[in-house]
Amino acid sequence: MKKFLIPLVLFFGLVVFLAVGLKLDPREIPSPLVNKPAPEFSLPTLAGDAKFSPKDMLGQVWMFNVWATWCVACREEHPVLVAFAQKNSVPIVGLSYKEIQPQDAAAKASDEVKLQVARERSVVWLKRHGNPYVTSVMDLDGRVGINYGVYGVPETYIIDKQGVIRYKRVGVVTPQLLADKILPLIEALNKS
Amino acid sequence: MIPELGNFALMLATVVALVQGVLPLTGTFVANPQTQISLQSLARPAAALQFALVAFAFGALATSFLSNDFSVLYVSQHSNSLLPKPYQFAAVWGGHEGSLLLWVLMLTLWSVAVALFSRSLPLDMVARVLGVLGLISVGFLLFILTTSNPFERLLPAAMDGRDLNPLLQDPGLVIHPPMLYMGYVGMSVAFAFAVAALLSGRLDAAWARWSRPWTVIAWAFLTFGIGLGSWWAYYELGWGGWWFWDPVENASLMPWLVATALIHSLMATEKRGSFKAWTVLLAIAAFSLSLLGTFLVRSGVLTSVHAFATDPKRGVFVLLFLAVVVGSSLTLFAWRAPRVTLGGRMELVSRESFLLANSVLLVVATAAVLLGTIYPLVIDALNLGKLSVGPPYFNAVFAPLLVPAIFLIIPGSVARWRDAQVREIAYKLRWTALGAVALGVGLPFVLGAWSWGSALGLFLGAWVALGTLQQVLERVRKPGRIGASFWGQQIAHFGMAVLVVGVTGVKSYEVERDVRMHVNDVVTIAPYTFRLKSLDEVMGPNYKATRADVEVLRDGQLLEVLQPEKRRYFSSAMPMTEAAIDSGFMRDLYVSLGEALNETRTEWSVRVYYKPFVPWLWAGVLLMVLGGVLAAVDRRYRK
Repeated sequence: MKKFLIPLVLFFGLVVFLAVGLKLDPREIPSPLVNKPAPEFSLPTLAGDAKFSPKDMLGQVWMFNVWATWCVACREEHPVLVAFAQKNSVPIVGLSYKEIQPQDAAAKASDEVKLQVARERSVVWLKRHGNPYVTSVMDLDGRVGINYGVYGVPETYIIDKQGVIRYKRVGVVTPQLLADKILPLIEALNKS
Repeated sequence: MIPELGNFALMLATVVALVQGVLPLTGTFVANPQTQISLQSLARPAAALQFALVAFAFGALATSFLSNDFSVLYVSQHSNSLLPKPYQFAAVWGGHEGSLLLWVLMLTLWSVAVALFSRSLPLDMVARVLGVLGLISVGFLLFILTTSNPFERLLPAAMDGRDLNPLLQDPGLVIHPPMLYMGYVGMSVAFAFAVAALLSGRLDAAWARWSRPWTVIAWAFLTFGIGLGSWWAYYELGWGGWWFWDPVENASLMPWLVATALIHSLMATEKRGSFKAWTVLLAIAAFSLSLLGTFLVRSGVLTSVHAFATDPKRGVFVLLFLAVVVGSSLTLFAWRAPRVTLGGRMELVSRESFLLANSVLLVVATAAVLLGTIYPLVIDALNLGKLSVGPPYFNAVFAPLLVPAIFLIIPGSVARWRDAQVREIAYKLRWTALGAVALGVGLPFVLGAWSWGSALGLFLGAWVALGTLQQVLERVRKPGRIGASFWGQQIAHFGMAVLVVGVTGVKSYEVERDVRMHVNDVVTIAPYTFRLKSLDEVMGPNYKATRADVEVLRDGQLLEVLQPEKRRYFSSAMPMTEAAIDSGFMRDLYVSLGEALNETRTEWSVRVYYKPFVPWLWAGVLLMVLGGVLAAVDRRYRK
């Protein structure tokens, strides 16, 4: 009798793992940058008056969100961020990532023209879809993106008061993710 | 209106499936013979009615697609008014909800087939088999209605649909899912027969005989479906691979391996009454692995190129369903199997022992694939980190298990039942063995380079091919009618030999060149020369494409102009690669466009591959399918 129970036991072992697996997200990729200081940079902002550097945010917990007007998934994510920005006092800084793509007509223009085209396009886009950002920085050549290990757009980082990256999300931020993970993390970081 | 009717038909089908699942099975437990017969007789008409209702629902969804009804959410997500008609129809199974509907349609189709072709079966057996199929159907219909309803409306209606995923806009993909599903779902018939046999307590030769043709035909569908998927990946993904050890490919390979073991084990059970409990377990496992495949694809627990939009609710449902179906059948197995009588005596060397050895090898190979597939998940679940298991693992464990299994095909099919002598088998096969060794050692020299891998692969292919031919020659010399199942067996084994040679040839002798090309640039893979003649922009119905004309020359003679394309579908940001392939008997010439390397799009990265023996892969698969079909239609099953 006993040996005929083996398949059943093995099967339920498998089911337990599958059940635990259901709760996990295979897309959640641990980043080597988590718990490391956020890479330093200084880039022009969308508004154009001054340059922005992560140092400016020392002393507060903030969210760093990679986006672009050509990014389709960002359109899905954007309303979530806008609603989040209205309800919470967490500053969101945008990283406009490689706004001018190689196939764009403006790609061959000078850097100043590129920056101008990118700004105009981004401003129009943010007017239409809402602006959750306290400021957005222009990473035209994508170098800051490389330093932050950007896989794809959108991506979101949570950076603490000391300027250390505490969390990284590859892909769209969902309301559930905000409620279950990001907000509790921000609260904890704000308290510490 | 039509979608609502479809939805209603699905609800009715659920009720009918419940009737089909509960009443006939109840009929096998009641004592009163009159009630027994009236309850059991419900099974056949219920199966027919359920099929009609599901077919109606499927037709309703197809109508919504063909009439561009974008007020149906599912249609608006997977179709577009510009999409060509055949693809609009195929888009019915282009997403999660529709593929499930297709799945249920197949299930009811199999049930009707069982109802029709079961006149030789006792009524209580029919009632049990159709009852089990009905219960499975209830589970899937509830899954559709509660978590994945394809008839949900979108208000206000979309102006136009989002279009079918461009990867799926391909003739191969139009038939790949239906064939694969026929195979997957067909395993439910073998499963239902096994459960019916366990319920009745009659695990005997008759049971094995009834399930054999059903299992073999389902196996043939599964083989064809997997082959089509591989063929599609080969020419559509644009990098010339034909098997990637992707979790979803593995999900289809596992039931195939077990089903292969099952059809052979069923033969031993039918002919000699051997290892019945093992055979039943294989039947349960084949279907369980089909369900597990569904879970892995639908729940999003693993990342894969096949990952559909994932929804945790769906994962929970499939997992519960899996636990109930497989858990209850394994419980039944644990309860009933100990009472199964042992079969006929078998010696250490006999056809039974060869079949059992092969069975065990195939099951161990399945376990290895399963382990590799879910290992990342297990490690993640134990919080030990994130990792992925790649082709090196699978190649390393799979080949050593399959090589002996394939080798044993020949001694297994010439050995006598019950008691065979090694010396006798060796003597019988001495010329075949000598020929196979000679070919294995010699052919690599002819093909270009000698390596242990290619020698072993070619020996194995030659061994199975020659051994099969030897058996055919011996059989046709003897008098008497030769049954279709004999031809089926030999053709399928020969197909395996062709496949083995194909795999070996491609792995050992392919030449891949990734080059930058301007117009009029030339790349040479001896003896072929490829010249990029021109680059043109062309328009398709729902895409724009860059098309290259690549001339293939041999000794200065123009052989062929290949036209690979890079397509940009209007609906999707991702460009699609259409490889151009020139197939010969011995080789494929494969050209695909990579990326434009400059802004004027005059310089491209181009993949130029010389792929020997690739056509043999497809030929091997087709031969195995043909063999399976022949074996299944053998007249002796229809008595």
